[in-house]
Amino acid sequence: MSSAQPASFDPQALFARRFDLHGNALGMDYHAHGDDWCELALGYDAKLIGDEARGILASGPILALMDMACSGAVWLKRGAFLPHATLDLRIDYLRPASPHRTVIGRGECYRVTRSIAFVRGHAHDGDPDDPLAHVAGTFMLLDRK
Amino acid sequence: MKLPPYADLLGLSVETGEGAPVLVMPFARDVTGRPGFVHGGAIGGLLEMAAIAALYNALGEAEARIKPVNVTVDYMRGGREKPTRAVGTIIRLGTRIANVEAHAWQDDPARPIAAARLTCLLDRA
Repeated sequence: MSSAQPASFDPQALFARRFDLHGNALGMDYHAHGDDWCELALGYDAKLIGDEARGILASGPILALMDMACSGAVWLKRGAFLPHATLDLRIDYLRPASPHRTVIGRGECYRVTRSIAFVRGHAHDGDPDDPLAHVAGTFMLLDRK
Repeated sequence: MKLPPYADLLGLSVETGEGAPVLVMPFARDVTGRPGFVHGGAIGGLLEMAAIAALYNALGEAEARIKPVNVTVDYMRGGREKPTRAVGTIIRLGTRIANVEAHAWQDDPARPIAAARLTCLLDRA
């Protein structure tokens, strides 16, 4: 997927700077974006495993992936890298991630009010029609009173 | 209690006492979000692990496999550059479903920095 028209916020450049230390530790990378959505990729890595017998990723890295993909979506929707904080995030684990596959997390910011950004998204590991997680959440905007 | 590789990435250790185990996550580069603050994803991961640890503590590890169906995390305060602790509380332990809460704090357990609510499926042996 190609990028949208030049915007004042470029998630690809931001993630290329490795600004997110926890994301770096997990191995999170930029994947794609649009006007109000952002996709990040999380490669399979043994250090992310939660179920050793089955080699399945822990749910925490997927939560972190979705938090950051939704964060990117808010910056895109607002057109700038402005401060905000996650207020809440709900995640439904639809199925386990398949071992050895890269997980793509897509966040979308569908509404911004004076104080709050509303987000939703999903994660898949190859086929967007076969999602492994679904999320809904809110962010508090910190640059406003 | 044996923790998975992801727990090592978070730097978790276990404090056992009476009741559910308390998980401790030191502040470190690998769990940093915006400068000077713990990443929300790492806090969420810690809360999930604390909830699941509480369930294993109640069930016995050989008794069941625990599959989180969903998790809702509320972030209440920023996590600063100090250790974060979390503990799970079992609200209801059914045959197939468990409802568990977890909360995380830094200085004072009565001032949580985040909390989570989980619905878990129990795959009993």
